[in-house]
Amino acid sequence: MKPLSRRQIAWRAAQDIADGSYVNLGIGLPTLVADFIPGDREIVFHSENGVLGLGKAPAPGEADPDLINAGKGAASLLPGGSFFHHNDAFLMIRGGHVDLSLMGAFEVSERGDLANWTTDDPGFPPGVGGAMDLAAGAREVRVLLEHTTKDGQPRLRHSCHYPLTAPRCVKRIYTNLAVIDVTPEGLLVREMVEGVSLAALQEATEPPLTLANDWRPLNAPAV
Amino acid sequence: MIDKRVASLGEAVAGVRDGATILCAGFGAVGGPDELLDALLEQGAKDLVAVANNAGSGDRGLAALIANGRVRKVICSYPRSDRPHAFEAAYKAGKLELELVPQGTLSERMRCAAAGLGGFYSPVGVGTRLAEGKETREIDGRLYVLEKPLKGDVAFCKALRADRWGNLVYRKSARNFNPVMAMAADLTVVQVKEFAELGGLDPECIHTPGIFVDRIVQVGAKP
Repeated sequence: MKPLSRRQIAWRAAQDIADGSYVNLGIGLPTLVADFIPGDREIVFHSENGVLGLGKAPAPGEADPDLINAGKGAASLLPGGSFFHHNDAFLMIRGGHVDLSLMGAFEVSERGDLANWTTDDPGFPPGVGGAMDLAAGAREVRVLLEHTTKDGQPRLRHSCHYPLTAPRCVKRIYTNLAVIDVTPEGLLVREMVEGVSLAALQEATEPPLTLANDWRPLNAPAV
Repeated sequence: MIDKRVASLGEAVAGVRDGATILCAGFGAVGGPDELLDALLEQGAKDLVAVANNAGSGDRGLAALIANGRVRKVICSYPRSDRPHAFEAAYKAGKLELELVPQGTLSERMRCAAAGLGGFYSPVGVGTRLAEGKETREIDGRLYVLEKPLKGDVAFCKALRADRWGNLVYRKSARNFNPVMAMAADLTVVQVKEFAELGGLDPECIHTPGIFVDRIVQVGAKP
């Protein structure tokens, strides 16, 4: 059994993005997804600071000080890209114009509740940024996360222990072990890493899992 | 004759009173009026309420105002931007009140103030800690939370170019919060890199019409 690397989780999430989609990538793991979009698809990346058509990070020395992404890193603009102000950036999110939001998460509940903005760590002042806007507003929310915490606790929970970003918003979950859909009947396993049994996956997951009839092994290339 | 240009940063920030609510444009270190806020530090206003996406970056601008104890409260979406040491020190010392607002709600509350509206119902934050104590209402089967307008006494903005009427043009992702903040304060002060002749800006491409702008000061011009 070989869990996916972070880049492989990002690769797997990238395969599901439909040609022509407008997509917002969250900071951290989801940002890696941009590297793995299949070459035959045209995807427009949205950035909350007023950019559509975000391109790859510029080469060293070619960064423009006025062009950054949501993570405040240097960015570039593709031909066809556009700039706009904050209200329009969030109108696109809140009004359901952004097709897909890919976000990181601390926890997801069996109902698709998302917790990804604060752990209430007193030494770490909270920040919410655009997470609640994306969770409540994007047409579809999918999350990428490690299946368990560093000390082995499940991140997929009956109910989130951390404060919610939005209730009932997550539709699909990509982890280092599986691809899981949130359905009205609960969590449905679509794919599992080879060598992982449903029993082992269940061991690492708090709510009950159902294996899809057409489930497939989860394979990712070395990326 | 209308001429909103002032000769110095000191003139630009004159009259800002203790206790004022100041809107500070920018996203991370991009598009922020650092020179104006440095001048405000020199001007001496204190007990300020600062509205900004991030609670200062590095040692200039809003970060300098916070480090020098001039800011009583920050209203922002994500306090920790790049190099947030000024905010962290003041927050941990209990010297700075923090009101977290989802990013799109922050910009829309200011737009509401600018537009003369009494508030708006948003789906963002429903079912989370950030909606506690706020009126919620079901509209056509979906829950919304009432958000109230947020108005500044003064807005500090940054643009690329202005004419003497105060028409503004921004550059790339440095536009961000500048247009909405310019609209949402009693006094709007803008630092610009370049002046244009009246009629020298393409009227089809003016981002902020001069009606919203009160003072313009040129910063960083090549001697």
